[in-house]
Amino acid sequence: MAMIENRRKKSLVALTMVTPFLVTFTIFFLYPMLKMIELSFTDAPLIGAGQWIGFDNYAKLLSDRLFTISLKNNAYFVALTVVPTTAIALLIALGISRLSGVRQTLVMALFFMPYVLPVSVVTEIWAWMLDLQFGILQPLIALISGKPVAVFKNPYWVMPTVAVVTIWWTNGFNVLLFLAGLRNVPAELYEAAALDGATTWQKFSRVTWPLLWPVTALVLTLQLILQLKIFDQIYLLSGGGPFNSSYVLLLKVYREAFQSNNGGYASAVATVVFLLIAVISVLQFQLLRIRRNS
Amino acid sequence: MSDVLTAPRSQTRRPAKSLARRIENIVLSTITLVAALVWIFPLYWTLITSIRSDENVAGNASLLPDEFRLNAYVNAIFNTRLMTWYLNSVGTAVIVTVLVLFISMLCAYALSQIRFPGRGLLYGVVLASFMVPAQTLVVTQFILMKDLNLINTWAGIILPQLIAPVVIIVYKQFFDSVPKEMREAVVLDGGGEYTILFKVFLPLNWGITTAMAIVTFIGVWNAFFWPFLVVTSENMMTIPVGITQVKDAFGVAYARLMAVAMLAALPVIIAYIIFQRRVTEAIMISSGVKG
Repeated sequence: MAMIENRRKKSLVALTMVTPFLVTFTIFFLYPMLKMIELSFTDAPLIGAGQWIGFDNYAKLLSDRLFTISLKNNAYFVALTVVPTTAIALLIALGISRLSGVRQTLVMALFFMPYVLPVSVVTEIWAWMLDLQFGILQPLIALISGKPVAVFKNPYWVMPTVAVVTIWWTNGFNVLLFLAGLRNVPAELYEAAALDGATTWQKFSRVTWPLLWPVTALVLTLQLILQLKIFDQIYLLSGGGPFNSSYVLLLKVYREAFQSNNGGYASAVATVVFLLIAVISVLQFQLLRIRRNS
Repeated sequence: MSDVLTAPRSQTRRPAKSLARRIENIVLSTITLVAALVWIFPLYWTLITSIRSDENVAGNASLLPDEFRLNAYVNAIFNTRLMTWYLNSVGTAVIVTVLVLFISMLCAYALSQIRFPGRGLLYGVVLASFMVPAQTLVVTQFILMKDLNLINTWAGIILPQLIAPVVIIVYKQFFDSVPKEMREAVVLDGGGEYTILFKVFLPLNWGITTAMAIVTFIGVWNAFFWPFLVVTSENMMTIPVGITQVKDAFGVAYARLMAVAMLAALPVIIAYIIFQRRVTEAIMISSGVKG
């Protein structure tokens, strides 16, 4: 009897402890999520009720050119950022790991600093550096294209430039993960390789790289998920233009909901993005779990 | 010369090799250092621009500071609502940080230390919410805030940011590794679960609490998408949202714009410099590289 009593008391205590999370989660996450799915089957405006229209919104998506363009642009942006930032971060981490003491801390701080900046500070800095008339980087751009370019108003330059800005901003995070990975490589392995007369390249390709592969997989998948959610930089730097050449999925959600007042349709787009990212995240989670268990 | 270089060769191959290695080391270290300077250049350039006078900014490609004026800063502080935005940012970021830690710590403790019905399910929910993108919920979160009359309020900015599954996951991991004997000592003294949490588990995990507090604070301070949607009145804006308004007010006055950018960035830069090791640690822990 006493034990059952005790257990019931414990459950009650546990309930008081999880309630704050459960309440906030239910109201501000679960409810909006279910509401989003429900709205996606209606023609509701942003504020107010709508009619149930079944799968019409989803059918409309298939023939919505702007949606297709957004999907393509998201894929393009992922291609421009994910692998490049991973490669750059790995190179930087390899460089930093050769330094020691204060110098290492300082260099790491320089590479990491942009990561703690608010996105609008980042975009303002780059808008100034790439200013058509006075931007300090325009001579560099003129070197490539022969003349200065208003990069955020040019359909060919806009996405690669936003990618560069994004990599500059977020790369420090990846460097950190790689550095942690490098520290986990046992020093004896390098000593053994050195005794065998291995060159620097051989050490990298035979020792470092294979042992670093799990971290690399982690960085790649985290980046993939992060870059699929691109909104802020695009909104602030190019607004999706010119000629929709930088229009992305979350911008589509934002415009449909808050500018065209199509709550239902915006929810349908949001649901698709939600599912897309959720599926990738679950796959990533499984991948990591397999790695940990092996 | 060649004699000097070839002389040690006869003794052993090692010295020659270590010379090559040393050169390689110097070259690679130099490249890394130069790359770091290039990487930080945009921030340096922002600083240089911000201490120039507006007339001296246009077309001035001199990389060294040739002026030291604080006009742009004075202007930024007195002619924009920067101070109001600071207040909003500090207020909301502190409240979110404190609440997130409190909510997550309690939930993680229960998940880690108490057996209760539905525990597995709850942890599943936490893990699942970690994997789905909250950014896609903004439309309906906005509608909810509108219904609750919380548009343009601190509560509106704060509430949806309170769900931080990663903090729960990290806390649970750390609580899981606290030795059983520590809690039994308190139980013998007649202490309940709350006593155990606040007298034993919390003090044992101060490090992780500070680390999580810092990254949560920086994350909330920098949040753009949600505050940008839920706030439309300039008086309620946070720093990252507010400074996007300045451009329209100033036109292309880059010294002033860069002064505003510097002022907006300063708190997080200072926080990072002071807590560098904690930030590094927190990122590694929460991404599961170290635990």
